Amino acid sequence: MRWRTPLAIMGLVAASLATVPARAERLIVSVSNHRVTVTPNYSGGELVLFGSVEKDDKTPPNRNNYDLVVTVSGPRADMVTRRKERKFGIWINTDSRQFLQVPGYLALFSNRPFDQIASPEVQRRQQLGLNNVLLMQRVGPDFADVVPNDPFRSAFVRLRSEHGLYREATSAVTFLTPTLFRTGIPLPAEVPIGTYNVEIKLFSDGALVTKTETAFEIVKVGFEQFVATTARQNGLVYGLVTAFMALMTGWMASIVFRKD
Amino acid sequence: MQLYLPIADIPVNVFLILAMGAAVGFVSGMFGIGGGFLMTPLLIFVGIAPAVAVASVASHIAASSFSGAISYWRRRAIDPLLAAVLLVGGTLGTALGVWTFTFLRSLGQLDLMIALSYVILLTTVGGLMFWEGLRAMLRSRRGGPVTLRKPGSHGWIHGLPLKLRFKRSKIYLSVIPVVVVGLVIGFIGAVMGIGGGFILVPLMIYVLRVPTSTVIGTSMVLTLVTMVFATMLHAVTNHLVDAVLALILMIGGVTGAQFGARAGQKIRGEHLRLLLGLLVLAVGIRFAVELVIRPQDLFSIRETGGAPP
Repeated sequence: MRWRTPLAIMGLVAASLATVPARAERLIVSVSNHRVTVTPNYSGGELVLFGSVEKDDKTPPNRNNYDLVVTVSGPRADMVTRRKERKFGIWINTDSRQFLQVPGYLALFSNRPFDQIASPEVQRRQQLGLNNVLLMQRVGPDFADVVPNDPFRSAFVRLRSEHGLYREATSAVTFLTPTLFRTGIPLPAEVPIGTYNVEIKLFSDGALVTKTETAFEIVKVGFEQFVATTARQNGLVYGLVTAFMALMTGWMASIVFRKD
Repeated sequence: MQLYLPIADIPVNVFLILAMGAAVGFVSGMFGIGGGFLMTPLLIFVGIAPAVAVASVASHIAASSFSGAISYWRRRAIDPLLAAVLLVGGTLGTALGVWTFTFLRSLGQLDLMIALSYVILLTTVGGLMFWEGLRAMLRSRRGGPVTLRKPGSHGWIHGLPLKLRFKRSKIYLSVIPVVVVGLVIGFIGAVMGIGGGFILVPLMIYVLRVPTSTVIGTSMVLTLVTMVFATMLHAVTNHLVDAVLALILMIGGVTGAQFGARAGQKIRGEHLRLLLGLLVLAVGIRFAVELVIRPQDLFSIRETGGAPP
């Protein structure tokens, strides 16, 4: 197995150094709703991100060919990917890989394919595309991300994508004018609750020009959410109430259907 | 009507779950069993995670066995002492079962263990019931006497120490096998999400030689207490009990059971056992097929927590 640890760390260091150059452009962005409430019958929705590229006197006058990459990442959690294998004639979980603090929701949007925006090296450093996003894993004592075609990594991304929780769209960002842009952020029904970070990166001629961040929050409301929270936080009370409910239902049935 | 199940974390059709509850309730009323061995698999086939299905069905069985136990209590068909001794083992077995459940879940092999235990238990018990029912039917067709119990055949069980007189059942029996039976039922109940009535009743009749007058009522008391206990433990340790799901199941279940009980009285005993055996066997085979055929997706993802709120 080929590990990408050194590269990934180098990428992180490079990214932190890269923010220094003199700002010639500024990004102004806003999402249509900073607090999304999800009700039990929520079947998915969409947020809209608007923004514009503000130029100043340091901007090269003829620079208009901007590229934009928007990365939306939801609340992070540890996840395990398991693989089934045939053993003794039956299919059982044999191998597993733990993903550490990976986003529950991850979406990458851009105005054109990533390989047209930047070189593979920049794509990797700036984590452009699902193949380049850092998904930390634990294998034994090691912490690292692996190559994109690793079976566990690709299965993880594929399964998350099937639920609409991981997505990549290279034509989702539209420039309304050369400096004004918008993109939709689709949120599926099973979207995890929590804080979502939106990172917007502006590229020009294959290099990062500037970036900015914004955030929104997803809150679930309603009876179901109350039940779920209680079950997790007050297990004992929840269990007592459920058991009592069972006894009451049974008792009521014995009265309603009393034969003698 | 779609409803979102808070713990199972999937939207389901209320009427489908209600119908499933009623259908299983019908069967359980007909055969005088809890029906957990049917309910849990049905929920799993609908798409609810096995762990959630097992934990939620426990509370569903608690409800149906409570309504059953009340009516048996009114008819004085419950042996309180026998129930109490069974419960000693049952409580211990349930705690052990929930602990095993939690342990297997952490290993990632829970779903497999649930499926495997269903295959083994259901095909064995189903096969035996079917065979027994078939023999009884053939015997009665030939006109011979239907003997369920061989009179006077006292096995090694009756030679065990610590004997106790169970007045209402009119038996004199060692407490050891009674506690062991309770333990086994409690354990498999907690791990598999079944009340265990379909195993407990034959065990009590054939092994403990409890007379039929008290056997169902007493087994219902054991089922009731172990399932309430299992609900509590599952809620506290694994947070997997879906109260919304359980309530829908209960309502469907208790209603269906009433009609099932009436239908059951019209069918002859050996036919009933034959049918039940077939049903149990079919569910077991369904699980076996599931294990043997190649799954659609070899990979699965599960969240293991660690998300800071």
